[in-house]
Parts: sequence; C-alpha cells; structure tokens
Amino acid sequence: MRPFPSLRRLADGLARREWSSAELTEAALQRAKRLDGALNCFITLDEDKAMAAAERADQLLGAAPATPLTGVPLAHKDIFCMKGWRTTCASRMLADFVAPYTATAIARLEDAGCVTLGKLNMDEFAMGSSTETSHFGPTANPWSLERSPGGSSGGSAACVAAGITAAASGTDTGGSIRQPAGFCGLVGLKPTYGKVSRYGMIAFASSLDQGGVLARSAEDAALVLSYMAGFDPRDSTSSKRRDPWLEAVPQAGVGALEDGPLTIGLVKEFFAEPPVGGQLIEAARRSLEGLGLRCVDLSLPNVNMAMPAYYVIAGAEASTNLARYDGVRFGHRCAEPGSLADLYERSRSEGFGAEVKRRILTGTYALSAGYFDAYYIRAQKIRRLVAQDFAAAFAQADLLLAPTSPGVAFRRGQLLDDPLAMYQQDAYTIPVNLAGLPALSLPCGLQDGLPVGFQLIANHFDERRLLQAGAALQRVTDWHEQRPSLDWAEAA
Amino acid sequence: MSGHPGWEAVIGLEIHVQLATRAKIFSGAANRFGAPPNSLACPVDLGLPGVLPVLNEAPVRMAVKFGLAVGAEICPRSSFDRKNYFYPDLPKGYQISQFERPVVGAGRLEVRLEDGDSIEVGIVRAHLEEDAGKSVHDAYPGETGVDLNRAGAPLLEVVSAPDLRTPEQASAFFRQMHSLVRYLGICDGDLSQGSMRCDVNLSVRPTGEEKLGERAEVKNLNSFRFVEKALRYEIDRQVELRERGLPVERETRLYDSAQDETRPMRGKEQSDDYRYFPDPDLPPLEIDDAFIAAVRAELPELPWERRARFLKECGLVEYDADRLTRDPDIADYFEAALAAVGSAKPTAEGGDQEGREATARQAKLAANWILGELARHLNQEGLGFAECRLPAAALGALITRIEDQTVSGKTAKTLFDALWEEAAAGADERPAASSVQEALQLVDGLIEARGLRQLSDRGELQALVAEVVAAHPKQAEQFRAGRDKVLGFFVGKLMAATGGKANPQQVNALLREALRAPS
Repeated sequence: MRPFPSLRRLADGLARREWSSAELTEAALQRAKRLDGALNCFITLDEDKAMAAAERADQLLGAAPATPLTGVPLAHKDIFCMKGWRTTCASRMLADFVAPYTATAIARLEDAGCVTLGKLNMDEFAMGSSTETSHFGPTANPWSLERSPGGSSGGSAACVAAGITAAASGTDTGGSIRQPAGFCGLVGLKPTYGKVSRYGMIAFASSLDQGGVLARSAEDAALVLSYMAGFDPRDSTSSKRRDPWLEAVPQAGVGALEDGPLTIGLVKEFFAEPPVGGQLIEAARRSLEGLGLRCVDLSLPNVNMAMPAYYVIAGAEASTNLARYDGVRFGHRCAEPGSLADLYERSRSEGFGAEVKRRILTGTYALSAGYFDAYYIRAQKIRRLVAQDFAAAFAQADLLLAPTSPGVAFRRGQLLDDPLAMYQQDAYTIPVNLAGLPALSLPCGLQDGLPVGFQLIANHFDERRLLQAGAALQRVTDWHEQRPSLDWAEAA
Repeated sequence: MSGHPGWEAVIGLEIHVQLATRAKIFSGAANRFGAPPNSLACPVDLGLPGVLPVLNEAPVRMAVKFGLAVGAEICPRSSFDRKNYFYPDLPKGYQISQFERPVVGAGRLEVRLEDGDSIEVGIVRAHLEEDAGKSVHDAYPGETGVDLNRAGAPLLEVVSAPDLRTPEQASAFFRQMHSLVRYLGICDGDLSQGSMRCDVNLSVRPTGEEKLGERAEVKNLNSFRFVEKALRYEIDRQVELRERGLPVERETRLYDSAQDETRPMRGKEQSDDYRYFPDPDLPPLEIDDAFIAAVRAELPELPWERRARFLKECGLVEYDADRLTRDPDIADYFEAALAAVGSAKPTAEGGDQEGREATARQAKLAANWILGELARHLNQEGLGFAECRLPAAALGALITRIEDQTVSGKTAKTLFDALWEEAAAGADERPAASSVQEALQLVDGLIEARGLRQLSDRGELQALVAEVVAAHPKQAEQFRAGRDKVLGFFVGKLMAATGGKANPQQVNALLREALRAPS
C-alpha cells in the first residue's frame, strides 16, 4: 500500500481482500502510537475497542451487507458523545465523562461499519482556533511541529494530515473544520446547517454548530458525509430534505460537474486584505476557470459586521449551553463544597479554562437585562443582513470563492495571549456559519513549506456542486497530494 | 373591602397546570408521579452533554384544547425561550419556556362565586414549559437530594388578568380552573401531588384609585384554602403597611400554612435576571387551522355547558347544579344515578308537565343523596367519586324505592348504609350491580332482608291507629279540644309500634280521620 491511501482505496482493498480491517486498524494504531507523542492529536486511543470493531467489520466483510466504509479506521473529534467512550470536549470539566449514548452522526458511521480508533484533541468546548485551549495539551501541526494545526478541530486535522486515518470527523461553529483543514493541507467540509444531526454532539453555539468531515480529497469527504448526514428525529433543527445525489455517492461517487457552466463569485471584501499565499489562491481560481467555470466579482456589503455579531451570538448561546456543567450531576465537582454557591463557583472555576470562561462571561453579559437589545438583538439583525447578502450573491453566482484564513499556520503560542488576533483567524469562515451555508476548504499549494487553503461556499443544501467542483479541481491538480515530510518522526 | 374599609385589593393568579401526558414535553421519558427517585429521567431530562429537546405533540394538543375552551386565540407561530438560572433541580441551568410568544393568547373564564354571582376573569396568556425536578430536603440529614423524575414534565402556565378583588374570588377562579382542566382531561387535578400550583400577585390601593399599588407575589400555593388564607394575610399586611405610611416592597414571598403567614422568599437585592432568549434548539411551533379544527372537534362538554344542561333538563336549583358540575366525576355519577331511577328519564324538550315534575323531583333527590350522604361517606374514607364503589345504578334504585314509597325517607338512610357496606364488602368478590335491573334486585333484597319496607297497607294501619287511639282516650280528648300538637304523640306511638316503618303521610291522614270521629 502506498502511504496516505484514500478512503476509496482502503475500501477497494478491503472489498478485494487485499487487506483486512484488522490489518488496517493495527497499522493505523501503530502509526498513531508512533506519531502521537509529537502530535498529541488523540485524547483517547483505544486499541481494544478498535481491534474488536475491526474484527466485527471483517466478519461483515465476509458477508453482506457491507458498505464502502466497512472496516475503515476513522477517528472522531472528542466533541461527539460515544457510548462507552470517554467524551471530554477537551475540558477538565468532562475529563471523566462517559456518555450513555452515541451521537447520531457517529452512530451512522459506525452502523456503516467504520472502525473508531479514538477521540481527537480540540480546543476546549470547540472554543478556539489553535487547539491550544485543550485541557489535554496542544496539538502540533504535522507540517511543522512548532506550528498550530488550527482549531478547534486541530486533532482531526493533524490525524488526517499525518496519515493516521484517511478522514476524521470535526465540527465547525465559526470555521473549526475549514481553518485546520487549510492549515494542514486537507479538505474540510462544513455542511449546511441542519444537514448533519447535532444530537450527541456537545453544544457550543447551537444555531451555528455543524458536524462535518476532514479528509484528503473532496471525493472522500463526500463519502463520509453521505453516511453522517440525514434527518434525525432527535434533533429538531435537522433537515428533512432528502439528497438523492448524496445518497448515491457511496456507489456512484461525487460525479462530474453537472449543469455547467457554473459561475464563481469572488467576494471582494474577503480579498480586501491580501491573504498570505494569495497567488496560490489565484492559481486555484484559474484552474477552476480552466474547468469552464466563469468568475464574477461581487460584494457582501454587510460581511464586515459578521465577526462581532458572531461573538455575541456564539457567546450568548454558549453561556447557557454550558450552564449544565454545575458540578451537581456529572462532570468536575470541586472538593468539599461549603455551600451551593461555593459548589457552583469552584466547580466551574476549576473545570473551565480561560477561553471558555471568557466566552461565558461575554455571552452572559450580552443577554443581561439592559444590554440584550444593544448586543443580542443587534447581532441577530446583522446575522439577517449577512444572510441576505449571501442570498443576493447566490442570485449572481453558483459558488463563492474566498480565502479560508488570512494566513498560514501560525506558531504555537503566538496568538494565545491575544484573543482578538486569534478571533481574526475566522474572519472569512464565520459569515458562512451565520448564514448556515455549506462550504469546502481545499488545499492550493504550499507557501514557505506550509499549506494554503481556500474555500468554496455554496447555497443552502447545495453540497453537490460544492463537492463536484472540489473533486473536478482535484482531478486536474495535485495540491491535495502534497504530504508533510514527517521527518521529525523518523528522527524520533 | 370587608375588614379594610377604604381599601381595594387587586389580585392576579398564575396557575401551573401539570399536563397529564404519557411522556414528558421534550423527551420520551414517562411522565408520572410516585416512581422511585430519578427512575424516570432520561439523558434529555438530565441535561447530559449533547442531548437535544424535541417537542412532543400531546402537550401542544392539550394547550390548544385549553385555549379553545377559554375562547382564546391560538398563536399560529409561537416560540420557545430559555429562562436561565442556576438551581440543583434544574438540570440544564435553564428552563425551556415560552416568554415572547405563548401558544395561547388572551381569553376569558366565567367564574361562579359561592354566593351564586359570577364574574368574568380575563386570561392574559397560557404558555407551555418544562417543569424542574424536586429538591428533597428531609431524606438525608444535612444534605439535599435531587429527584429529577419531574424534570421535563409538561406544564401549562395560565396567567390571569388582575381582575380579582377578594381572596374568595381568587379561590373561586382557581376552583373553576381546576374544574375546567379536569373536564378537558388535560390534568389529573391532584392538588396534593402538585398537579396544579398557584402563584398569586396582590397589591392594594385606596378604593376608587386607578393606579395600582406595588405588588407582592406569593408562590407555590397548592390548595383553594391556602390561596384564600395567604391572600387574606397579604391584604392585612399590605394595608397595615400602607396605613402606617410605609411602602410595600416588590418581592416574592412564601406562605407558611403552619404559621398562617407569608414570608419573603429571597432578598430584594437579588433581583432576578433570567436572560430570556430564543432557544436555538427548537424551531418555532407552528399550528395550522386544520390542527385547531381537529382539537376543537375533540372538545368535551365544558363545566358551564353541563351546568346549563342540568338546569334546563333536570330543573335543578343553581346551588345544586354548581356543586354537581364542579367535578366531572360527580356530574357523571349524578347522570348515571338519575338515568337508573324508575322509568322516568330526564326529558329535554317536549316532555309533559308531569314528566318534568317527576324528573325534577328525582333529580333533587339524587342531588341531595349525592352531595349529602354519599359525599360524606366518600369523604370519611378519603375517596373521590371516581373511586366510589357504590354503583350509581344502586343509588338510582334506592331513589326509585323512595319514589314508589317502598321505603320512607328515614329508613332510606338505613338502606343507604346497608348498600354502602354491601358495596364495600362485595367490591372484590363480584361485579358491582351496574345494570338498573341488578341494582333494583340488590336494593329490594336488602329491603327485605333488613325489614325496611314501609308499612303502607291501609287496613293494617287503620287497625293499628284504632288501637293506639283507643289506648289513649285522654290524649284523644285533648286533640279534639283543639290541641293539634297532640297528633305528634300519636304519630310517635304508631311509629314505635311499627318500628318506624309506617308510611308517615298515611299515618297522619289516618290518625286525623280516627281522632275526628267521636269515640
């Protein structure tokens, strides 16, 4: 097997008995153990559970009905609850929490026969853009260990970029899939809000959170999404809309770009500050034109207000979503509380890290009497304006093109003491979450040895064109074939 | 206001109605009382990480039912909000409620007062919300237990307009609400188990003044009596403050029934900020006309409709009609008993005069027996009408036998006691006499077995009368001399001679006849 095999290649090999799931899983575990000392991408790695799942998969592979994912090792962001697995959300608060249920999105992957290797590191409660706020220590970028893999799904990005698994789940509230995908040279898919069930996915900001996938190709991302997505009666915000194209992906693949020629809108506000690696994004744009896509310039006039609106809304929702961590029923409880107030105060002070506390405090403030209208209500108005801007843009274009992040992977620790600079990381990703749109971050080459990503944004529930465009590009380019050297691992 | 001339109280109620659904409002866990602590709480009720609420239809249906019964507008697009506060029995740290847009809008409820008057009370709104769990303070010394079985139970919170002026009006409103939710079948109405809880808001102002005084809220009253008592205490307290020129504090108080007083619940310096905002986990609740029409079609006969029917069909007086229709179980019992009386059926329209009079007589009898003896017996055993073991048909048979003079009104009490014992004893062994025929057999059997048949044979009575009159010539002379009261002496003698079984009307007539005749 060549290193860094795609999901499709793994599936074909399993189907043709070139290898067994046990062999794949064993190899993935070995690789994880070899690399994770330097990367710290796993919070939990469970060899026994993984091997048991692989053996079950091998039995299934001998009989019907197997799926293309049966026996394929994957790993999941530690924000997804999984029955019998510790689920920490990278927080001291949940360091020992074992959920009695499995998140719907992961249950669907497991039902398809996927093998779970372990649970991946992230920013605490998905609040952060560097995977440095984790209670379990920071994750390193496989391309350069002193750099951040991005965040909050940095563990997922590092795992896939280091070739431990071919794909990993992630979540994206303001860019938490796309930015780490960009930093690690991967494909990162943030689906339409409502496409993937949020049941069992620990909530950060309910109206923005969306589960998705990090992989090395658009084709593989689509394959994983096809199993994760779909209506869930346990999530009132999940969409009942069927997607026959996506349902056919396991058999038919993503397919060629349909109903062309497509128009790509270049959002001028997103290029006002030239991004690092701008010429690489420009090259990707020309490649898309080479595929017959037409580019137009357009504007999202209100998009510059998206970031403050996002931090008000996400903080407000987080402040109440995280109220349940009170030391009473589960999670961290302080030692010998002297009173109820003491129990709350110390359990939460000890259980949450600084960034989580910052968001809870700002969110509580924004919802408080006297400030609600000025902050929360105004932020909701901005959110509507941003969504209207996107709607107008999609009247002129089928897809929008933007940088994923202002720059390449930054050095670990560089932004940790400057929250506002850290928040800037998500300037181009946040508006997409406010509007609930699907977006795909794609790699477009290296700048000084570090990956650069750009994103395509589609209209609601138009994952098809998003992934078809991404796959079409990847058929004529090889940016997604670029791998980190991992020479640090050989040295170790 | 009585007790405080020159002052008027302004009272509004918030009533929490625990909806009698099978499942909780946002989860599939069972919604019932009395299970072992924390055995009915699923991950959603526990507020575990990552779980999400999904609104069930049953509570919505019940809320709409209530809204239609009080003539309220049903909001086509209501929404859920989070009410944020920390408390150990509130698992998520917020309660899902409806703040901005409640499912039921403004309506009104006519309330019958004890004195027979009625008042119309505005319903401001009614909204759906989830209940919290329960803190248990007496299970472990020095520690507080939390039972989350009730967490997530569906509540309908009904808010009245400040239309009430006296404690009696307030408790009458609570009682009318209690009656209505029982008729609608949306709540079991068990106050002792907290199925309905009431918060009262009260302020006082000088009579004639428009401006409202500062109000205090008294929380968590769970009986009609406590509502009255708490309000009386509050009126006294507030009027006294005002008369001394002191301000009434806006605060939340609790009623202590042992001390019969209200006390502040929390200090005013901790003013609550619940930070309400729309719950992002729940899309707006959309209710269309078809749903409303379907619920409307399910509406049962409402208490005031039944009361009107009883007045019209049975010729009951208002007092009896009020009491019979307050509780649907009593009204059902009454109708079943009346239907079982003789051959006379309630005649709606067109029945002849005689038939209507018979129905009215029988209805009055049934009402007296049900609201008197039967209610007393049930009360003694702490039972409700739903648990009454004496079949309504048996009471109907008893009334039939009073009507046809087989038993006297007096012996009927003995017969009732016999029936009650029989029903209590036989409850587990054989099916209750539920058909009219079986009931009559049961009643007739008891009349014979216990010798309760009224002596109505004219010849037999005549002979006894003659005997008694002959035995007491002095008293007979007194009667003839105009001392009418002496008749009672003879009646007593005759009753004694017959063991109380003689038909009193006949005895009276025969005695007068015999005494008037010269000896």
